[in-house]
Amino acid sequence: MRLSRNTILTLIALLVIAGLLALAQAFMNPYLLRILNLCAVYSIFAVTFNLIFGYTGQFSLGHAGFAAVGAYVAALLTLSPSQKISNFFLKPIVPLLANVELPFLPALIIGGIVASLVGSLIAWPALRLRGDYLAIATLGFSEIIRILLVNMQPITNGALGLKGIPAYTNLLWSWGALAVCLFVTKRLVDSSYGRAMRAVRDDEVAAEALGVNLFKHKMMAFAVSAFFVGVAGGLMANLISTIDPKVFIFTLTYQIVGITVMGGMGSLTGSVIAASLYTIFLELLRPIESQFTIGSLTVPGIPGMRMVIFSILLLVVILFYRKGLMGTREFSWDWVVNLIRRLKSGKKTGSSGEVKS
Amino acid sequence: MNFEAFLQNLSNGISLGSLYALIAIGYTMVYGILRLINFAHGDLVMLGSYVAFYGVAMFMLPWWLAFPLAILVTAGVGIVIERSAYKPLRDFPRINLFTAAVAVSFLLENLGIVIFGGRPKAFERPAFMDQMLNLGGVSIVSYTPIIIITALVLFGLLLLVIYRTKAGMAMRALSKDIEATGLMGVNTDKIIMFAFMLGSALAAAGGILWAIKFPQINPLMGVMPGLKAFIAAVLGGIGNVGGAMIGGFLLGIVEIMIVAFFPELSGYRDAFAYAILILLLLFRPTGIMGEVQAEKV
Repeated sequence: MRLSRNTILTLIALLVIAGLLALAQAFMNPYLLRILNLCAVYSIFAVTFNLIFGYTGQFSLGHAGFAAVGAYVAALLTLSPSQKISNFFLKPIVPLLANVELPFLPALIIGGIVASLVGSLIAWPALRLRGDYLAIATLGFSEIIRILLVNMQPITNGALGLKGIPAYTNLLWSWGALAVCLFVTKRLVDSSYGRAMRAVRDDEVAAEALGVNLFKHKMMAFAVSAFFVGVAGGLMANLISTIDPKVFIFTLTYQIVGITVMGGMGSLTGSVIAASLYTIFLELLRPIESQFTIGSLTVPGIPGMRMVIFSILLLVVILFYRKGLMGTREFSWDWVVNLIRRLKSGKKTGSSGEVKS
Repeated sequence: MNFEAFLQNLSNGISLGSLYALIAIGYTMVYGILRLINFAHGDLVMLGSYVAFYGVAMFMLPWWLAFPLAILVTAGVGIVIERSAYKPLRDFPRINLFTAAVAVSFLLENLGIVIFGGRPKAFERPAFMDQMLNLGGVSIVSYTPIIIITALVLFGLLLLVIYRTKAGMAMRALSKDIEATGLMGVNTDKIIMFAFMLGSALAAAGGILWAIKFPQINPLMGVMPGLKAFIAAVLGGIGNVGGAMIGGFLLGIVEIMIVAFFPELSGYRDAFAYAILILLLLFRPTGIMGEVQAEKV
């Protein structure tokens, strides 16, 4: 089998990135690691929202709910039986779950599958609706999931949440999951299914007239997207090691929508860049909210200032870069190669004093 | 449950419902005209109650001055939001407008935390709103009828504006077709601004009444009423002002009654609102009063 230049370049890049991540995992401090992990988790959130809205045109606001399902399933499957006993001190856990303890990979996958099932179950009736009504219905379902989590105390420990979830998530897990998610999403949107999805997005009536099964393709986008959201939720649970229903309130979905729009609707590259920038940026701003001193002057921290800056930034991006950072453009090797060529030729012409556009 | 308790719950439900209805009108007017789910609307509720709070607590204004002032200030902020964040995006994909609304919502909430502080504040009701009344054997606190009557008066005024003034007629025309209305010589920008002003003013009034009913205010207090009012707007048929009122009352009464009749389900109180919403959307997607629109190809 002959590999094309682009495939080879991709494989090399993957190896280099994996090596860098392994180095980072070994030498970085836990705080930086946590930020890098969160970058990957939010990237998955944004990429999946892009699949469902950017490519298929279905305005779903259910992400927080799907993430909650994945996070709780993964957390309950990875918590050790003794930790479960100390967690569930108000009401004992249901016997079925009390002694289960699975390794990380099956727990993540089961979390993803359950999230995907829940997503499909929600989509099945909700997909009769379109546009804003679909958004409202999915937002409602997402909040119902959260309220169920608060009230199903023997399974979820209610509002107290789950503590002491083993911190299995490391860079290879999170970025590995992101790589798989990107690979699957890219393959999907480039396949005939993906073309059908884009047809649905651009004009449902025309797509239907051409024989595209609307329901099937929308459902597929929902199921795939919810699966990866669930996995990302599991990664998040095993990263922050304490979850409670409040983490998955609908503002999480809003943040994901904001990130995806900032990155560009219909650009997976943009989603990853925007998600990483968002995570890193919020961390960089953290000092504003805690007290600091300049010389003899003590400046009190301003809680809430980070999100003020973030929301102003989001507004600026939406108002002035209306297609997001990347628009619908994607990273590709052809683009890199062309850029290098152009730079080379640019240098040549530059040395002779000519500037060509 | 005896009859007296039932009446008490009913009055409680109606007063809660009138608050939902007040806030829902803003959602519905904006949606009717711009097809925008203005998620920042709930935060104007918070703003209104804070301005009223500071007017009374800090500037020592009497309530009859502080409350209308708070409504004016909030209406002004509503106009600023529309002008700066929504107007430039009117001709762009709707997701941009939606995201702008989300950004404004985050901005208001967190500015609230920065400026007002994250800790809840105790809103002081004017003394006459705090008396026990005895209406035919049912004892209620005086703020309950005051909330209901204020809301009804505001509804009446709003309906007058919408159905008896030129600006109201223009607003109704805008909700049918913005472009055609502009061609008929209506200054669409001005009317949209007017709609935002009315909606924001009602949100502020709702916020003040909300703070009178639940006298603890915090920067995130607008989120839940906002979401509930939004549900009420959809229940009534989003885009329809009369529907928003009906939806608001319905939601308030149902919420209180379910908890009153089935106290063991009180943890699921919020879930009922969403469940009703979803069921309604599935069986009558345009809401109670909404018009069925023919699909344009």
